Amino acid sequence: MNATHAFAGLGATPFPPDIQDHLAGLNFEAAGAEKRKQEAESPVLELSGISLSFGGVAALSDVDLSVRRGEIRSIIGPNGAGKSSLINVISGVYRPDRGEVQIAGKRYAQVPTQKLARLGLARTFQNLALFKGLSVLDNVVSGRAHTFRSTFLGQIAGLGRSRREETDARDRASRVLEFLHLSDLSDRLAGTLPYGLQKRVELARALVAEPDLLLLDEPMAGMTATEKDEMAGFVSGVRDQYGTTVVLIEHDIGVVMGLSDRIAVLDYGRKIADGTPDEIQRDQRVIDAYLGVAAENEDGEGI
Amino acid sequence: MSDVTTDLPSYRSLPGWAAPLAVLAVAYGAVPFWGTSYLFEAILLPFLALSLAGLGLNILTGYAGQVSLGSAAFMAVGAFAAFNFNLRIDSLPLIASIVLAGFAAAAIGLVFGLPSLRLKGFYLAVSTLAAQFFVQWALTKFSWFSNDSASGVIDAPPLAIAGFVFEGPIGRYYFALTVVSVLTFIAYRLVNSQTGRNFIAVRDNETAARIIGVPVLTTKLLAFAISSFIIGVAGVLWAFAYLRTVEPAGFNLDRSFQILFIVIIGGLASIRGAFFGAALIVVFPLLLSRLGAFLFGDVFDSGVLDMTQRIVLGALIILFLVLEPDGLAALCDRTRKRIGTALRQS
Ligand SMILES: Nc1ncnc2c1ncn2[C@@H]1O[C@H](COP(=O)(O)OP(=O)(O)OP(=O)(O)O)[C@@H](O)[C@H]1O
Ligand SMILES: [Mg+2]
Repeated sequence: MNATHAFAGLGATPFPPDIQDHLAGLNFEAAGAEKRKQEAESPVLELSGISLSFGGVAALSDVDLSVRRGEIRSIIGPNGAGKSSLINVISGVYRPDRGEVQIAGKRYAQVPTQKLARLGLARTFQNLALFKGLSVLDNVVSGRAHTFRSTFLGQIAGLGRSRREETDARDRASRVLEFLHLSDLSDRLAGTLPYGLQKRVELARALVAEPDLLLLDEPMAGMTATEKDEMAGFVSGVRDQYGTTVVLIEHDIGVVMGLSDRIAVLDYGRKIADGTPDEIQRDQRVIDAYLGVAAENEDGEGI
Repeated sequence: MSDVTTDLPSYRSLPGWAAPLAVLAVAYGAVPFWGTSYLFEAILLPFLALSLAGLGLNILTGYAGQVSLGSAAFMAVGAFAAFNFNLRIDSLPLIASIVLAGFAAAAIGLVFGLPSLRLKGFYLAVSTLAAQFFVQWALTKFSWFSNDSASGVIDAPPLAIAGFVFEGPIGRYYFALTVVSVLTFIAYRLVNSQTGRNFIAVRDNETAARIIGVPVLTTKLLAFAISSFIIGVAGVLWAFAYLRTVEPAGFNLDRSFQILFIVIIGGLASIRGAFFGAALIVVFPLLLSRLGAFLFGDVFDSGVLDMTQRIVLGALIILFLVLEPDGLAALCDRTRKRIGTALRQS
């Protein structure tokens, strides 16, 4: 099913993906219908020549990555390969030493983190990043933060706009909680939930922003097989129902092969392969660098 | 720990506003009729002023997670600003002087909150000390602030609103109680709003907060401003309603620590906590001195009392930090829950 989706995507484009990306990059100033057509087909996200190092450690070296609208794009690789660093570059948490990130046709040397939500990006973190002191519902409501325009005085006084914003945010949050089967836990303090559920609340907080592009850093780490299946169902559900583009980091090869339209493989900060699940599974370099040792990484433990 | 909402026992079926309303009814309707002037002068007036200061600091430290050791400075700014507005602008109503004093404290709080944009935790705490020393220095150095009074000590103006003067201990108590009630209600609305959620988001995970679109810098500065406003008004109550004099010496570093202890003992990020903490801080020395005099007689003089106070208070704070980091507010919740469970089982 995923493969069909990928082929459907390819079939609709007049050029092979590489050339198409190139054209999109060249013509992004082009006008009129041509431009709109380009926009519909141009990548949601495009990284070019990204390099990043910490002291002497090269976390990323000259990485290119293109993400098409509506696809589930996975990034895999051994521990320390630079996967999280890449997500941190995309979300502006890190500034790359070289290279640029292109989001919806705009280029950035460093993505402005505080505008991320308004650019249509949402993310989750490898290490939990919930607001422990807020209830589950309030955590998810806070995911609408970028839409609030009312001032604190208006909120204290309970003026019309602030009330409307609050009701709207709560409604949307409740719906997302229902979608992720979390409704019963709405009033619990987020910090008191077991790990797997906290991961799911974090997904809820990202989803409620209704992003075009969702970045998930190991959403299934530390989960049981059942929980993983459930989570995988949510991820593909989000894409299928809302057309959300997903960038997914995951160690569990089985899950990745089942979910992804395209996979990029990182090793020591370099991209060593990029293609459909079938291509990746047959790639000798990937087998040597990663799949060969996949057994050790099954738990998806990481830093 | 994990049974926070799994049981909603029947004793909690009272609506959330029932308890505060009952407290208000007693505070307005009953206390003034049986309270002695000692109760008002020595306990309730300092309690109200310190509760409000604790509430202000709790918004900054408890909710928004920014540590401050400058609370007494903001109280001083409030007290001296109110005094000067009242003195120098003819026919300005007292209530306007107090609100303006709150704004003055908020402005100073904003300035000394700027380091919070770069600094965190311990370093931020140290930088807020600058406010403490600077304000105290400025108030003693420039006698203009004390209207050039030789001693630096000045009398507070009468507490009059719309021609009605709040006189005597009971009058001042009503005045303070009303100011504290109004600001507490506003603070309650604030912490339960989107802005309140932003505070906690910034406290619990700044990066995640920024990524979901919380304006982190604005939120921090807003916390400093609102907190300093409330603490400034607390300073006015301290000087005008409790002490009846305005002097810089009362707003020293000891006072800043006292307010921090109120918040820690009472419970971080809890409105009730500020009141619990202030009650303990005010009542505890009085109890200790009674107890000491009873047990040891004359040996227990003021020097010994002061020392014992510090030792016991220090021990208490360590105990709270280790055993009950969520303070008296959490302790109270737990006790109520136990009683509720016991009642249902019987
Ligand atoms: N903030 C940082 N400071 C210093 N070094 C860092 C930092 N972030 C990442 N690194 C280093 O960069 C390299 C890549 O780390 P990254 O977290 O991106 O790997 P990863 O592929 O996500 O690994 P894992 O599967 O274990 O999560 C590692 O060598 C790591 O130590
Ligand atoms: Mg990682």
